[in-house]
Amino acid sequence: MARALINAPAKAKRGEVIEIKTLISHIMETGFRPDSTGKPVPRDIITEFICKYNGEEIFRAELFPAIAANPFLTFFTVADETGTLNFEWIGDNGFTATESVNITVE
Amino acid sequence: MRRTSRREFLRAAAAGAALLPLPAIAQGASARVVVVGGGFGGATCARFIKRIDPRINVTLVEANRMFIACPYSNTVIAGLRDLAAQQFGYDKLATDQVAVQFSPATGIDPQRRTVTLGNGTEHAYDRLVLSPGIDIRWNALPGYTETAAERMPHAWRAGEQTLLLRRQLEAMEDGGTVVISAPANPFRCPPGPYERASLIAYYLKTKKPKSKLIILDAKDAFSKQRLFENAWKALYPNLEWVSLSKGGKVTSVDVGAMTLVTDFDRHKADVANVIPPQKAGHIADVAAVADRTGWCPIDPASFESKLQPNIHVIGDASIAGAMPKSAFSANAQAKVCAAAVAKLVAGSTPDEPRLINTCYSLVAPDYGISIEGVYRPADGQIKEVEGTAGVSPLDAPNATRALEATFANDWFKTITTEVFG
Repeated sequence: MARALINAPAKAKRGEVIEIKTLISHIMETGFRPDSTGKPVPRDIITEFICKYNGEEIFRAELFPAIAANPFLTFFTVADETGTLNFEWIGDNGFTATESVNITVE
Repeated sequence: MRRTSRREFLRAAAAGAALLPLPAIAQGASARVVVVGGGFGGATCARFIKRIDPRINVTLVEANRMFIACPYSNTVIAGLRDLAAQQFGYDKLATDQVAVQFSPATGIDPQRRTVTLGNGTEHAYDRLVLSPGIDIRWNALPGYTETAAERMPHAWRAGEQTLLLRRQLEAMEDGGTVVISAPANPFRCPPGPYERASLIAYYLKTKKPKSKLIILDAKDAFSKQRLFENAWKALYPNLEWVSLSKGGKVTSVDVGAMTLVTDFDRHKADVANVIPPQKAGHIADVAAVADRTGWCPIDPASFESKLQPNIHVIGDASIAGAMPKSAFSANAQAKVCAAAVAKLVAGSTPDEPRLINTCYSLVAPDYGISIEGVYRPADGQIKEVEGTAGVSPLDAPNATRALEATFANDWFKTITTEVFG
């Protein structure tokens, strides 16, 4: 099971620009590498990442085979209301992972 | 007078035609070789050049009268050994007719082929060998300055820093937290952080069993990893390794708060050992033999710099491909370089070398593990000869581990005797 790490401020001032960091453990197998018998190892990557802030999408990324194992994504948003940040990773072979953190805006 | 075969004569003539000015011996004078840095690389190289060809004038330049060895210094940190057992002098090199200058090299002029020392003397060379080891890249890890290293020692050059870390561990109360920060590759002694963690964990287990140790790592994989991890599982339940993909990379340190900061967490430490990013020793910059990586690209057969002719770089400072930055590597490279330098000053071509490395690590005083490999030049780099890489067996009886611990000790005695004895 994949394990995700999130770093987002628990508290922020209204209108403040906040940095959000995410890191998920994933092999990101490209599909181009041969195994010991010479056959390609089947592709197994994360293809999409979505972050929603109180239900509204604020950040989305498409991921491709060239992206290294354990994708680490950092992005910024404006803290405008107290609520929840939801994170979702979607990938090959039905892979999904979700995380959420709360933020208090003063 | 050495007799020269027709083939050697032709080769020397061809080399002489290609290289201007003529090799020193071809001109009838004694060749002059200056070696900067009296560690495992430089001291070996100086001695072996003299051994291969006693006619060559060899000067060894070293800032300190006493060398303090890094291999085995983790046992000093864990209180298992005195630092005195790590110290070696240069008397025997002097009896081998190596002229030893105890002064730092401060200037190098590749055009005039001279080295200037802190004591004001200038030394001309036909070939210069640099074996400067490492320098710390201060502030490459934000907050980690020379002043910070007095609170959070690196202990990655043996000496006062080694003793400082030991004193901090001794002063720590039982129940404290020790945090080690391990850097990204490349760095001196790839298994070193993990041997150190093991021996500190051994110290804590025997002296302060309520304490814990965390390794924060900028990597997901390291040397002898499965051997270390199996041993930790069996011996040290209070040791935790946090890899890069688990958020282990330290991004800054807050010395005042004794805190190591990662992208996802802050770790308060009672004792913090920060093994920082490194680069080739300073003189490599002075000689302009380091590239923008901070390390020195070299020809894999002769260890001649790819950036400056007539200057060779060996040991930790060099970019030696698959060879790890270890004392054993530096010693092996020094012998290859010595043979190459002797050939080059005589106007002939260096042979294609084979190089060996073995690294022992102690997981506990009676628990040793090792890794070894054989290397040769290929495609302009030093590559591992296929099928030569090996590590200790993963499942071995305690007697095997105990035997390897004695091998480690024997190795240290052997290499230090060869280099300084």
